[in-house]
This record gives sequence, C-alpha cells and structure tokens, in this order.
Amino acid sequence: MYPTDRLYSRDHEWIRIEGDVGTVGITTFAQDELGEVVYVELPEVGQSYDAGEEIGTIESVKAVAEVYTPVSGEVIAANEVLDSEPDLINSSPHDDGWLFKIRLEGEADLDSLMDAGGYQRFLEEETS
Amino acid sequence: MRRTPLYDCHLRAGARMVGFAGWELPVQYSGVIDEHRAVRSRAGLFDVSHMGEFRVSGPEAVEFLDRNTPNNVARLETGRAHYSGLMTEQGTYADDLLVYRRGESEFLLVVNAANRERDLAILEQRSAGHDLRVEDRSDDYALLAVQGPEAAGIVGELSANPVGELRYYGFLEGSLLGAPALISRTGYTGEDGFELYLAPEQAEAVWEALLAAGASAGLVPAGLGARDTLRLEAAMALYGHELNEEITPLEAGLGWVVKLKKGEFVGRDVLVAQKQEGLRRRLAGFEIVERGIAREGHEVFAEGERVGEVTSGAWSPTLEKAIGMVYLPPSLAEPGTPIEIQVRKRRLAARVVELPFYRRAD
Repeated sequence: MYPTDRLYSRDHEWIRIEGDVGTVGITTFAQDELGEVVYVELPEVGQSYDAGEEIGTIESVKAVAEVYTPVSGEVIAANEVLDSEPDLINSSPHDDGWLFKIRLEGEADLDSLMDAGGYQRFLEEETS
Repeated sequence: MRRTPLYDCHLRAGARMVGFAGWELPVQYSGVIDEHRAVRSRAGLFDVSHMGEFRVSGPEAVEFLDRNTPNNVARLETGRAHYSGLMTEQGTYADDLLVYRRGESEFLLVVNAANRERDLAILEQRSAGHDLRVEDRSDDYALLAVQGPEAAGIVGELSANPVGELRYYGFLEGSLLGAPALISRTGYTGEDGFELYLAPEQAEAVWEALLAAGASAGLVPAGLGARDTLRLEAAMALYGHELNEEITPLEAGLGWVVKLKKGEFVGRDVLVAQKQEGLRRRLAGFEIVERGIAREGHEVFAEGERVGEVTSGAWSPTLEKAIGMVYLPPSLAEPGTPIEIQVRKRRLAARVVELPFYRRAD
C-alpha cells in the first residue's frame, strides 16, 4: 500500500528523493484522517526552509493540518494544480497530489525518516 | 461513551465514529461534501438518537412551559411543534429546544444531548409544587431524521399516514413499518424533511427500510459533519456555539421566537430592557474573501480592532466558499461590511453577508 520508492515522516508525509531533489506529499493515512481537502496553502518557490519547519497548510472540511518539510532546502516547485483541484490530495495522495519539490541542502538528515515497512509499523502502533 | 441503537448499522455503512456530547456518533460515511450535497439535492438519513426527550404533562403543564420558555405555548395547537428555549433569569437560554404539543396537557420537549441533565434539573426544580410532571423519556426514543427534497416520498413509503400532508412543524402520531412513531415535519438542515421518533427496538428495521426505500431516490446516510455544514448554511443556531448562557435570543436573531406580549416568563424583563435599549451585538454571517477557512474561536477584527470571535465556521459545499457566524456590534453587522479574521498566522479579508447563507427554493 505504501510505495517503497520513498521515505516517510512521523508527521505522515512522504518524500521521494531523486538526485538532490525531494518531492513531498502527505500519506494516504493522513488524507483519510483529514477528510475532504478544500484549500491548500503551498510554500513559496525560491524560499529556503529548515527541516521540520512549517511550510504550508492543508485545510479540509473538518480540520486543518500544517505541512512541514522533512528536509532542509530550497523549494523549487509547488503543485499549483492543487489550487483548483485540492481534492487530488484525497484521490491521489502519493502521486498527483504531491505538494512541493525541494532541493536538498547540505548533508540531508534522513535518519529520522522511515521506509515503507517502518511507516506501516509506526501506523499500527499509533492507531492501536 | 453511549451508543445509539443504530451503532452497528453505522459501522456496517462504513461510518467514521466520533465522540459528541458523551455519545459515539457517525461523523461521516462517504464524505461530508457528498452527504451534504445529497441532502440539498436528494435526501440524507441521520441518526440523532442522542437528543434528549422529556415528557411534560399535567394540568399546569401549559402555564409551566409558558413561564419557562419564550414562545407561546398556550397558542400552540395539538399536533404542532415550535422552536423555543429554556430561559435563564438573565434572559438567555439554558438550552434551545423543540416543544411538541401532543394533547391539551401533554408535551414532548426535545433538548440537546449535552444539556440534558442540566435541563432536567432546572425543569424539576422549577416545577416543584406545581401540578405537573417532568420525566426524562430519552431512553424511550430513537430519533431518525430524513432530510432533503425527496424526504416526503421516502418516509411515505414506510407509513400508512398522510405524511406528505403535514405542514412544516406539524406532526402526527402514526406508525412506521406498523410500529408506533411520532412523525414530524421538522429538521436542522434548511431542507424539507422529517424527524421520526420511535421505539429503540424499531430503529434498526426502520433505518434499513428507509435506506432501501430511498435508494432509487438517492438517499444516503449522513453524519454529524454534514449536519453541521447544512445547519450552518441555513444559519440555524447550535447551542454551545451561537447560543449559550450569555447570549439572549434577541441577540441570536431569534426575536421571532420571543413572545413578550404573552405575559410573564423567566428572563422576560431582561429581554424587554434589551429591546428598549437596543442590542449591543447581534449575530451576523460572513464569508471569507480570500482562500482559507475561519473556524470557531478565531478572532474577528474591524478596522484593526478586535470586535468578536467566530462562533461557527466551515467551508460551505453549496456556496463553495468559507462561511461563518460571529456576534458583532450592530453598526458592523450590516451586509457588505468588511471585516478581517485571524486564521492562525494570517489575517483573512472577509465581509458580512445576509443570513441565512442558503434558503431553499419553494
């Protein structure tokens, strides 16, 4: 269920790293918890952020969730399709519903992130 | 937490359950937006069995209710219900409620689950020494709501009674699937619809039969999430949000409920004074002009000054924008007035709009 080509954070985000660019989104677990997404506030392209920094928000019918960047770097793209189709986060959280792309800066600290199996176990612990 | 007789039905229907006023209730099935739109365009089925029901009966019942609620009970006809409140000495509501007149001296009050025990204590205390009885009959009733333009046809299929002929806020003591039921043309969505009071043992059979009867008309089960966005669009107050012990019904835009001429009642003097002196604040609607959703508790500003806080806020599936309600000084409560709302780190532009946000076409 959780793609193995990427890493996962305890904030229920995923990051797929290709070269020095990471693509970030929220997991299907997170979108399901949040419910139907109606607004997405994305980070500004060109801005640099530190790992763990709040970088945007996802607003659903029921609740609001902060978006954090799992790694430090400069945002090089934001998924602007989400402005008009925010529900892509619900229908395709791991693909078309990606949030932003970030160019990793320095030695990325990936130790706090989990692989798909680790995230699955993390979810089982969290929801049990 | 308490469970309604329909708990298993909800799980089978794929509901997500949440705690609400001490009850475990469905917040959504397929999704809030879907369920909301189903009610506006077709029909939705709600389990609201958590609501409290009190029987008030006896020779002094009319007089007692007229002394404790602002609407005119003496003029309420048997077979009709009205919206009212349980008054405090401060001219505010201890709760908002429905009063059903079932006979000359026989009434059913329907109260909010969260206030049930406190309401009962107030009613018992105030009725002491009078010739009437107040009984908590909440456990005798399951309560289903069928809401939406298709509701009359769907409920009609399960009942031999002429439910389609009921007027708004009319009710009949009839039957559903052959078992006794109080069928009332009321609701909390801004649509046509019915509320069905029945024995808990009947709830599951009626729930399933309604879903089956309504399937072709597009009836879907709907949860608390849609109930909240529907009532907000219709600008119906929710106790604990638009109403509490500090807000009078006049401030809440419920002046149509308050019958000052009917004679003395608890808190009346406060309302009379408020009417003479003018309101210092009143309930207003707003819509957000930018992207973002204001929610309960967010602070509201006008010309840089804090003027109130959001009582309810949500994204409206019908209007497809964020809406909400707030108490404002009357000078700011006029439609078109620009206001701002602090939504976390951002201060969003909003404007006052007329209430309700949504009114069904007749």
